[in-house]
Amino acid sequence: MTPSDALTHGSLIAILAMTAATIFMRAGGFWLMAYVPLTPRVRRMLEALPGAVVAALVLPIVVKNGLPAFLSAGTVVAAIAFRCNAFVALAIAVATAALARAFGF
Amino acid sequence: MTSMHRASNDHGTPPRWSLSGLVTGAHYVFPLLPGAAVFAAAFGTLAAQKGLSFFEATLMSAAVFAGASQFAAMEIWSTPITLGTVVSLALVVGVVNMRMLLMGASLRPWLGGLPAWQSYPTLLLTTDASWLIASRYRAEGGTDAAILFGGGLTLWLVWVPMTSIGFLFGSLVDEPRRFALDLILPIYFIAMLVPLWRGPRRAIPWAVGGATALLVQQLVPGFWYIVVGAFAGAISGGFIDDAE
Repeated sequence: MTPSDALTHGSLIAILAMTAATIFMRAGGFWLMAYVPLTPRVRRMLEALPGAVVAALVLPIVVKNGLPAFLSAGTVVAAIAFRCNAFVALAIAVATAALARAFGF
Repeated sequence: MTSMHRASNDHGTPPRWSLSGLVTGAHYVFPLLPGAAVFAAAFGTLAAQKGLSFFEATLMSAAVFAGASQFAAMEIWSTPITLGTVVSLALVVGVVNMRMLLMGASLRPWLGGLPAWQSYPTLLLTTDASWLIASRYRAEGGTDAAILFGGGLTLWLVWVPMTSIGFLFGSLVDEPRRFALDLILPIYFIAMLVPLWRGPRRAIPWAVGGATALLVQQLVPGFWYIVVGAFAGAISGGFIDDAE
């Protein structure tokens, strides 16, 4: 790399490019679906998305973090299932993970 | 186009966009704000270490507003910035945020009934958390699209100043792992999913999405596993018919 490769206002251009990429992702799927007929099958796919996105985001994190994360996930599911307030459920679950880590898991 | 928008509104009731919905959306993301604040401050600190100016770090949080992708970008950020750096930054951010294409697609049956000046600004503030909250609200029969906007806006109002604070004063918590703060977001997402449980059959896409993500993560470097997993899960959902 030679110094002449450097862009003037390079950081701003980079941030602009990152912003454009994100806006494309945020708005693009919605825009495209205006042209895709919402058949029952497509509708079922879209309805399955929240769970599928969460699973794809979260499962690798939980697996990577091992037992404390599994305990924490189990705790939050139980707390919400027992109609616990979301804030309280989250606090208990995160405390569970911190405790498990403190015990060296 | 207008007729298509109307046809794609599924619940029969027209979508709304109200101030009270905005407040409700803000209320729903409250449990997440301490986690978002710590996460944003950590980003600000990292950006300072990577040589970004105060203005650049704050601007990035305000304009990009997508945490995981901002952290990923910091891994490849290097000065002086060349055209090559710009392209790789845009690609990395694009891949990490590609799941938003799917998230936006899932909002079409609902927000499609709104005028574009209401739907697109709402979409620009989409976050995982606000989208999940809105999806849950929608699944329970809600129609007010301002839920999504209110959740996103509230997170933005914390995300941006906390980036600045983290830049100036360093991370708020030295060892986020010790207090399990790194798990707040994923655990919150799981919590949001619980009310969407409609029996094991309807959860097959969750299993497919999670398993695919794990597999792709092993096989493909980078962040592709998120969007590939989510897409695989959604496809599987399309092939499970409603009949029990």
